[in-house]
This record gives sequence, C-alpha cells and structure tokens, in this order.
Amino acid sequence: MHETAAGAFQSIDDLQQRLARHSYIAERGLAVSIFLALSLRRPLFLEGEAGVGKTAVAKALAAALDTELIRLQCYEGLDIHHALYEWDYARQLLELRLLEATRAIDRPEARREIFSENFLIKRPLLKALEGAKGRPPVLLIDEIDRADEEFEGFLLELLSEFQVTIPELGTIRAVEAPVVILTSNRTREVHDALKRRCLYQWIDYPTFDKELAIVEQRVPDASARLVEQVTAVIQELRTVELYKVPGVSETLDWAAALVALGRESLNAETVEETLGVILKAREDVEAIRGERLGGLLSRAMLRGVRKSG
Amino acid sequence: MLANLLVFGRLLRSLGLDVTIGQMLDVVQALGRVDIGRRSDVYHTMRTLLVRRREHLTLFDAAFDAFWQDHGERWGRRDLRSIGEPRGSVKVQIDVVTPEADDRPSEAEADADQSLELPEAPIQTSSPIEAIRNQDFADFTPDELAQARAALARLDWDPGQRRTRRWVAGHGARIDLRRAWRQTVRTGEIVHLPQRARLTRPRPLVLLCDVSGSMERYSRMLLHFAYTLTRARDRVEAFLFSTRLTRVTTQLRANRIDDAVAAVARSVPDWSGGTRIGDALKTLHQRWARSILRGETVVLLVSDGWDRGDPAELRDQVARLQRSCYRLIWLSPLVGTADYAPLTRGLVAALPFVDDFLPARTLGNLEDLARHLSTLQPRRQPRRQFVSGLRSVAASPAG
Repeated sequence: MHETAAGAFQSIDDLQQRLARHSYIAERGLAVSIFLALSLRRPLFLEGEAGVGKTAVAKALAAALDTELIRLQCYEGLDIHHALYEWDYARQLLELRLLEATRAIDRPEARREIFSENFLIKRPLLKALEGAKGRPPVLLIDEIDRADEEFEGFLLELLSEFQVTIPELGTIRAVEAPVVILTSNRTREVHDALKRRCLYQWIDYPTFDKELAIVEQRVPDASARLVEQVTAVIQELRTVELYKVPGVSETLDWAAALVALGRESLNAETVEETLGVILKAREDVEAIRGERLGGLLSRAMLRGVRKSG
Repeated sequence: MLANLLVFGRLLRSLGLDVTIGQMLDVVQALGRVDIGRRSDVYHTMRTLLVRRREHLTLFDAAFDAFWQDHGERWGRRDLRSIGEPRGSVKVQIDVVTPEADDRPSEAEADADQSLELPEAPIQTSSPIEAIRNQDFADFTPDELAQARAALARLDWDPGQRRTRRWVAGHGARIDLRRAWRQTVRTGEIVHLPQRARLTRPRPLVLLCDVSGSMERYSRMLLHFAYTLTRARDRVEAFLFSTRLTRVTTQLRANRIDDAVAAVARSVPDWSGGTRIGDALKTLHQRWARSILRGETVVLLVSDGWDRGDPAELRDQVARLQRSCYRLIWLSPLVGTADYAPLTRGLVAALPFVDDFLPARTLGNLEDLARHLSTLQPRRQPRRQFVSGLRSVAASPAG
C-alpha cells in the first residue's frame, strides 16, 4: 500500500517525461530530487528567486501522480488554527442550544456530540494527513520563509511524525504520508532543523534553451520568432543590475500579453509599451527605458540569431 | 564505495558543510535507488541530500569534481587541499590575530600597563567615564578607547519591540473564543472572558557604517560600536562602505574584538577610500534588501555625509531605504560640533527622507541613541510624504 507514491515512477527519466507531459520541464537535478523525495518519503525543500517555478513543480507533480494538490500559503502569524484545524464555535453553540431545548442535557453525551468531526473545520495540513481519492495528496507548503519561527517548530513535529493530536478527538495519523513540497523565496534563512528533515534543491533561472522550451509549451499561440525574442530579451535583462529581476512567470506573462496584443515580433516600441509586465520596480523601468533599451534589444536579437543559426 | 563515501563526507565537513551520519546513511540508501553508472545522477543525489544552503552548492561541486573524478578510485591529494583553501582561509582570518597598523599603539600600551586589561570588567568606577562622556571620539587615547568600549558594552541596545501578527494568550484587545468555549464546556458557565494579545518581538537592526577617508578618525570607534551591537543582539546586520559595500556581520561575530577587527579590516577592499553613499545603498538594495530589510527593521546609517556621488542618486537611494524600513536613523559625527550645518549637497538632498538625524561624536551621544532606540513604538508612526522627484529640495539648501 505504501508503494503508491513511492513507486509511482519507474525511473528518473520516466518522472521527467511525465512532468513534461504536464507542461513542466524539469532539470535533471530537480528530477533526481523529486524522485528521491518520493522513494525515500521525505519532504522536498525548494529554494530559489521569485518566479522560477517552485510552485509550478508541485502542481505538475500532483497532476503527474493524478492526485490532489493541497496548498498552504504561509504568512506571518500563521497558527495551527489556520493551518491544521479549528472548531466551528458558532455551530457548536447553536447545537448546544438545540440540545438544551429538546431534552435534558446529558453532559458527557453532549460533549462527545459537540466535539465530533462534524464540528471540525479542517485546514490544509489536516486535509493532507487524511488524504482524498484514496491516495496521498501532494502537500505544498508555500513560502515557508514568510511564516514565523513558531510555525516552523510546529511543522518540524508534523513532518517527522505525520500525525496530529486533537485533544478532544484523539490522534489522527496519515494512512500514507503525503508528498510534501516546501518552497522558500529566501527572504530569510529557514531553520536548519527543518531543512535537515528535507531534501534540498536550489532552482536557478533557466538557461536560454530551457526557457525557450517552457515558453513554447506554455504559450502555444505565440509565434516562434516572438518566443525566441521574448526569451532572449529576458535572458539579457537578467544580466543587468536590477532591483527585481524578472522570473519565468514574468516571461510567460509577457509572451501571453504580446499574443493578446496581436504582436508577431518585438521592436523597441512594443517593448517600451509592455515593460510594466516584466519590470515591477519604477527604478528598473526607468533604468531600462530609453537608450539602454536599444542596446539591450540588439544584444538580445544577436543572441537569438546565434542560438537559432 | 562505502569507504570512499565516508572519506567524502569527512572532506565536506572539513570544508564547512554540516554533514551528519544520518545524511550519509540517507545517501547510501538513496544510491540504491538511482543508476550509479550515471555520474550526473550520483552527483545530484548527493547534492540534494548533503547540501542545505545555497552558499554551499559551489563548494560541494568543487569537492565532488575533485573527489570522484576517476569514479572515486584515485584522487589527488593536491586537488583536495586546493578546494579547502578558500574556505580554510576564512577560519585562519578569525584565528590569527594581526592587529592593523593603527591598532598597534593600543596593543603596545596594553602590554606595557597590565592594569589596562581590567577596565573591561565592571569594576570600572563611573568617574573616568564621566570625564570622557562628552569628548570627541577622534581625540580618544587608547586608554580612553578601552574605557569607552566597556561603557558601550554596558549599554542596553534595545531597538524597541515590534508587534507581530501572532496572537497569544494575554491581556489584549480580543476575546479568546477558543479558551472561553473550552471553559464553558468544562465548568458549564463563563467565569471570565479570556483574552488574546499580539506577541511582540525585538526589531531587527541594520547598521551601515561609512569608513571612507573623511571618517577615518572615527572608524575605530565605529568598529567597536558595530562589534558591541552585533554581539549584544541576535538580529543585527552590519555593513561597511566607502565606495563599495561590504557585509561584515559574520566577521564581527568573532569572540574577541581584536579578531573581529582584524577580520573586518581584511575583508573591506576600499578602506578609507572616497565616499559614494548612493552606490553603496544601491548595492544594498539589489543584493541584500530582500533578505534583511523588512518593514520592521531599524536602520542606522553612520556617515558624515561628505559624498562624492550624484546628490540626486543619493536622494533616491536614501528615499528607497526609508521606504523599506521602519525607521531610518542617520548618525553623523559632525552634528553638534561648533557651527556645523548639514549643507553638503548630497546631505541636503537626502535629509528629507531620514527619520532622525542624530549626533554620534561622543559616548554621551551613543547613550542618547540607545535611549532613543528603546522608545521606538511597536506600531509604525505615519511619515510625512515627500515627492522624490522634487528637484528644488536639492537645489536650495535651507538657510
């Protein structure tokens, strides 16, 4: 029974191909990490700049495993009542009133009734433990660096045991541990104890060829020429000193935006009009606009020609 | 294979990676599941299991290449040593004490007069401190410097508390429904309403110190200041700059101040150079801001404001800095000296975007600063809005 997630892929190549079928092109290193995370049943810790496709990995993996994706978005102050479970006080009170009205209250009986699963609000982590569809889900704990240390400590416990104790209900244990993926944008260093439980993978910005393939796959309506130019410009932009470097998600947004505008290829004017899609800091837009844009474009075009020739 | 693996683990440990036995066992287990014939898979397997920090990735790569070049059969000792070097030298920097030229007098005098080692201990009477409290740092003798250092260390550096988003049991604004309900079920009635309050935490601090030529007379005291601050609190980041920005947080965490100072001196490439505050801040924004500057941070910028860069650039960078922190405090050793007015073009442009402009010339000033820091509110005070594109600010200095 335990082999469903662990043995889902025959080999690393198989995993890579099946992720590709769900529009995710994984580098070998990432594929090895995912494969091992599944077969060793350990959480996978993904770090990388914003927009390199950390969240997309989890989505593609859930699709490839044909299972549910449960996502927990982290934020400061996130506590067990929002991550794990919460009692539905309003309904509990109402129920108590009803019980009072209909018959004399038998205290232990009422207590059992009110603190039953019916009144439990299940948050992502509890859902992940219980699983659905009869197979373990993919649990995505997104941007763990936004949560605070207290939550990390709690997570540490959960990830090692895959069980939780609800005082009124008892212990809930995962039939089969979910596939856990944690992501971090590295706005702070996550505690080592948590990382120690996980496999670690740093996701870098993709190379020209990989990014080209990603854009081709995710924005199929874009012309080959446009895809190539867009990718080249973004790659070129990443070599410039910027406050906020565009990620792959910006590349995809940009390509989609240009398609929506009906553009077949790039020129200085088009780039200038749509600069806001890829550069999100006013200082960056100002730095790139104007004469630097021309130089950037011609360098990007050269690269495109070189690569395709 | 196994023996080689263990040697490889030891090599990684010697390079500063924190590799545990448990991790090595994981590797053994994992290698059973991938194709060992494929070198890249073996590489990625070890990488994902043994590395936990981005900084260690390149170190690991070098070690892996050197170690497993002939499938682990043979490996040259020379290669191994050469990988160890860049990392090893960091340790050496901390271990070996080589005082800087300008530190020598104090060392020599310390040797001559044994009693000088003692002032660091709290036996210190208050009168000598009183005498130097209002004395300019630049005029300090080595004895006085040692005393000032001890006095600095005794100050309570508390940059205020910030209100976090986490709720805890306590006397606060909200009713704790969960506990109230529990109580009701247990006792049948509500005796009192439990409450919840926000948890507070000390604010993180970022220290930016100007060590350019014009600040030279103050730089030694500044380093002591940085050292004390870094040691006193957990969440402090320290940077030095003149034309370029250098992060010195790790160097300052050394146990002895002389070690720390020596390590810092070696890592700053442009000591006593010119001043380009704007450029230094730009580097801060692009390379470090995402991980160290948050809305809750208090930033201390120590500089005399003699800037060789473009005033407009300085203004924009300072404005951005202010936007990305809770409070921006500019400390200048010139404030408070006779007929000083902040008239340099850069400073005039930047000052509207500074929350506090305070003196940092004497021990008394730093005591005031410590007091000022501890009065910072847990919640943000509204700031006046400035239009950063307003040229007139830079063009017409007040007065």
